Amino acid sequence: MFARTAWTIFRKDVVVEVRSRELVATTMFFALSAVIVFAVALVREGRVVADAAAGILWIAIAFAGTLALGRTFERERYTDTLRALLLAPAPRAAVYVGKLLGVVAVLLLVELLLVPLVALLFDAALLRRPALLVGLLVAGTIGFASVGTLFAAMLVRARSRDVLLPVLLYPITIPVIIAGVRGTAAILQPVPDEPMATFWLMLLAAFDTVFVTVALWTFDPLMTD
Amino acid sequence: MLQRLVPFLLIATMVAFAVAPVLILRAPYESTMGLVQKIFYFHAPAGIVMFLAAFVCGINSARFLFRRSVRADHLALAAAELTVLLGTIVLVTGPLWARKAWGVWWTWDPRLTLSLLLWMMFGAYLLVRRYGGPGAEKLAAAVGIFGMCNVPFVYISVNVWRTLHPKTTVVPSLGPGLREPFWFCVVAFLLLFTLLLALRVRLAEQQAALDARYLELADRAPASAPGAVS
Repeated sequence: MFARTAWTIFRKDVVVEVRSRELVATTMFFALSAVIVFAVALVREGRVVADAAAGILWIAIAFAGTLALGRTFERERYTDTLRALLLAPAPRAAVYVGKLLGVVAVLLLVELLLVPLVALLFDAALLRRPALLVGLLVAGTIGFASVGTLFAAMLVRARSRDVLLPVLLYPITIPVIIAGVRGTAAILQPVPDEPMATFWLMLLAAFDTVFVTVALWTFDPLMTD
Repeated sequence: MLQRLVPFLLIATMVAFAVAPVLILRAPYESTMGLVQKIFYFHAPAGIVMFLAAFVCGINSARFLFRRSVRADHLALAAAELTVLLGTIVLVTGPLWARKAWGVWWTWDPRLTLSLLLWMMFGAYLLVRRYGGPGAEKLAAAVGIFGMCNVPFVYISVNVWRTLHPKTTVVPSLGPGLREPFWFCVVAFLLLFTLLLALRVRLAEQQAALDARYLELADRAPASAPGAVS
């Protein structure tokens, strides 16, 4: 029941997205523009500052993620379908999981474009340890989206929600950003520092476990009027 | 219960903060840093009590969310404001000390980064409460819970991030004569925290009571003739 509800909501989001392509297109374009802005700031004499590629990748993901989170729930608010979702005779936590899967899917698609782009533009050997990089990206995206989905859902009814989402999200997801940036930077070392990257991957996994649990636990009382 | 203690807390806090400067003055000079080290007696206790305040806020946020206790909400709000207040004290006294001890205003030392992020998380809590509109208490409660759960992650991540680089931390190990005024100041800050918490909770309760009275009057208003003098 739980899994089927989550899956149904996820499929609904995918269908809406496939028909409009709004989220993926705008988020990808935004991530691209963020990368260009960082290139202007961090490239000196044609070479990128050491370790900057890892930072650029993760900041672009965080910025694009905020945009995607805001939009998915704006869509639900606009058509007033969030109320319908919450009224459905299904566990509330399943609604959360469905929305979370949708956000993670969009972000992973964006990362699929972002990683080769950053690797190419900044001459970064991101694909040297593909398994570790994929692990960091997936775990980091889940961590970021788990906190983000909960806050975006709560903020749907709040005033000034556009400003408050990043204000709340960035201080709390700082461990994700640190772990993502440092883990990716460890892969980018002349000799990839595998133990370090694995440590950050483990930290991300722990973060995901704790925050998905806390979010599942608090989603129901938070969304009840 | 907390409210009845207010007069005693007030006297105890005043005495403690009157005595503390004397004890700090009498304490021996720390061998390497000399006079600057004395800011530590206010800096570190404020930091310790700030963490306590953050946990008080987190736990009471959870109690508010799951038990619907209005009192817990008032406590959480008071504790969040005190976290930001104590955090401001820590973040002002810290760089003053750092400038003299290390030659820079700020370094990305784990403890500094953690304090800054804690201050930011509870600053976000207050922003949500202020600008979130109706239902902001619940939103803020989630921020309180997430903020509390986040402390160990921030601590581990900034620690490991920073150990990759040489450290400039000077953590003085407390010798005799330095230890006593330090713990005295910790107690003084704890008293101050409890006092302000009690006062702030009372203020929140009175505000809530006033709002309830106001709503009651507003409900009754249409019944009477417009412009009637009551």
